[in-house]
Amino acid sequence: MTESEHGPLLSIEGLSVTYRTGAGEVPAVREVDLTVGRGEIVGVAGESGCGKSTLASSVLRLQPPSAKVEGRVLVHGQDVLTMNWGDLRALRWAGASIVFQGALHSLNPVQRVGRQLAEPIELHEPALARGTVDGRIGELLEQVGLPAERAASYPHQLSGGQRQRVMIAMALACRPDLVIADEPTTALDVMVQSQVLGVLSGLVAELGVGMLFISHDLSVLADLCDRIAVMYAGRVVEMGAADEIFTRPLHPYAAALSAAFPRIGDPAARYAPAGLGGDPPDLRSLPPGCSFAPRCTRVVEACLAAEPPLEDHGAGRSAACIRVGES
Amino acid sequence: MTEGLLTATGVVVEFAARGGAVARALDGADLQLASGEIVALVGESGSGKTTLARTLLGLEKPTAGEIRFDGRPLVHSTRRLRALRRRVQLVLQDPAGALNPRHTVYESVAEGLRIHRLVEADPQGRPETELVAAALASAGLRPPESMFLRYPHELSGGQRQRVLIAGALAMGPDLLVADEPVSSLDASIRGEILALLLKLRDELGLGVLVVTHDLGLAWNIADRVAVMYLGRIVESGPTEEVLSRPRHPYTRALLSVVPETERMEPVVLRGEIPDPTRIPGGCRFHPRCPALADGTADAAGVADACRGTALPVLSADVEGHHVACHLHPGED
Repeated sequence: MTESEHGPLLSIEGLSVTYRTGAGEVPAVREVDLTVGRGEIVGVAGESGCGKSTLASSVLRLQPPSAKVEGRVLVHGQDVLTMNWGDLRALRWAGASIVFQGALHSLNPVQRVGRQLAEPIELHEPALARGTVDGRIGELLEQVGLPAERAASYPHQLSGGQRQRVMIAMALACRPDLVIADEPTTALDVMVQSQVLGVLSGLVAELGVGMLFISHDLSVLADLCDRIAVMYAGRVVEMGAADEIFTRPLHPYAAALSAAFPRIGDPAARYAPAGLGGDPPDLRSLPPGCSFAPRCTRVVEACLAAEPPLEDHGAGRSAACIRVGES
Repeated sequence: MTEGLLTATGVVVEFAARGGAVARALDGADLQLASGEIVALVGESGSGKTTLARTLLGLEKPTAGEIRFDGRPLVHSTRRLRALRRRVQLVLQDPAGALNPRHTVYESVAEGLRIHRLVEADPQGRPETELVAAALASAGLRPPESMFLRYPHELSGGQRQRVLIAGALAMGPDLLVADEPVSSLDASIRGEILALLLKLRDELGLGVLVVTHDLGLAWNIADRVAVMYLGRIVESGPTEEVLSRPRHPYTRALLSVVPETERMEPVVLRGEIPDPTRIPGGCRFHPRCPALADGTADAAGVADACRGTALPVLSADVEGHHVACHLHPGED
């Protein structure tokens, strides 16, 4: 991959992904625009079914072939969606890679982790000597805070946090510029989560990679990311600087996500867990107007008329809600 | 000291590990639970919190120590455990895995009623359908009849968790033991389920033991917090006390890594909880203790004690703030 002079590392433009199912068409992602620069961590927040994982898999064209995709996904200025197979193969792992959640199920249980780390390296650089590959594996493990000797371990000999670190090391194996992390810490407890997040932000700072980080936990994103996009029913409904979104959300849905994780010590949160009523909409038959209206506490008549556009509110902040800015 | 409904005293649970080693999953744990009280048992993976919950439910037999239920020691025979198993109900994490995918909601909730013959025993002589409907309604699934014939795959994550809670409520329990009740749920649903637990406590007077690594959850709903480390409770007390003025360095570290806690500098502990086959001597936390590493313990003149002197088991007394740490002598 050559460094592109034009534009950011990753640029998603007007991306829509629709799954064709027996029960009709499911618009999983609708007209999403998003960019990730070098050395930048961009968070995508939202609940199950909001399209955040579909968005992640589209970056490497991993969505099922039956899916209908519109828009462009540019990595280094090249469109992933129209790329030929050879270029796509070269891009996967070496240009951009994914860390999935559930490291237990993503590693081969009967192969030593060193072997699993070697596989993508050997595929992409077949000329490398065995010793060089082994050296690289040791470096990768040390980068994620594991001793190089761990290469000889089988996955079951590692704890959940260690396995997740192996997954991160694997994503870095071919030195990609872009890493996509899909809920990489969801199954981990707080202390291990904090260790893994420390490894990830260290790598971004040190290696200058760009990262797209997907999570339902807005407090984790606020700690880790530079910018956050909040998704609801396939659309980005709010976008802006991470701290701003968490502490001063504009969209009522972003506000609900932010309130879901209490600030410990805040007397207002004692015996008052903040929830959001209702369920996410059925994507096959979206409600008229704003998709969030049926669950929104601030809904008015006009919300039901049309889907509100993502409007600019200055300082890199945008929100798709007609009530933002009203006093 | 008043005795709770369910009490663990000096409970030790050992498992045989590979190579003849013995893993002490619980190494002298004391805990009390009263009806109408919400207690959060917190700690990292491997702290023994799930083992303690299972032992309280009679699912593990203690190697030493005693569990008392309703003033009487627990006898581990199937017949004697029957009452306990109705009155203390377990709510599992991962509702998708805990529900039988081929059972309707009605069958899932009615199963326990049938096993415990609760329809025959109902003082008001209500039919099974009415008892199932009442349990679903208490769990916030309304109208309950519309849920009867649904299968788990047709439900959202929050609805599945409510069905599990309804199954527990149908038994007319005094206590619920909820193991990570919201960790697999979306942020938006989490608050709803926690609000349900609070409502059940207020309306039915249920006691709830929540096993979790989520301190925000404890802040949201718990009256008391007990922090576990390597098979023992190292700090306990009223939630405001423990979470606003934590004393044990382990509790402080756990609190400091909760995302977006700005008032604390994150103290990321290295590594993970040690192997329970080799519990460190002295204070069990000393190999990872930030207060020992940064010289705080040395300055207080207790560093040798941290490395060499074991700490007593914390009292299960529900009053007061207790901490097992050489830096806080006399607070156990």
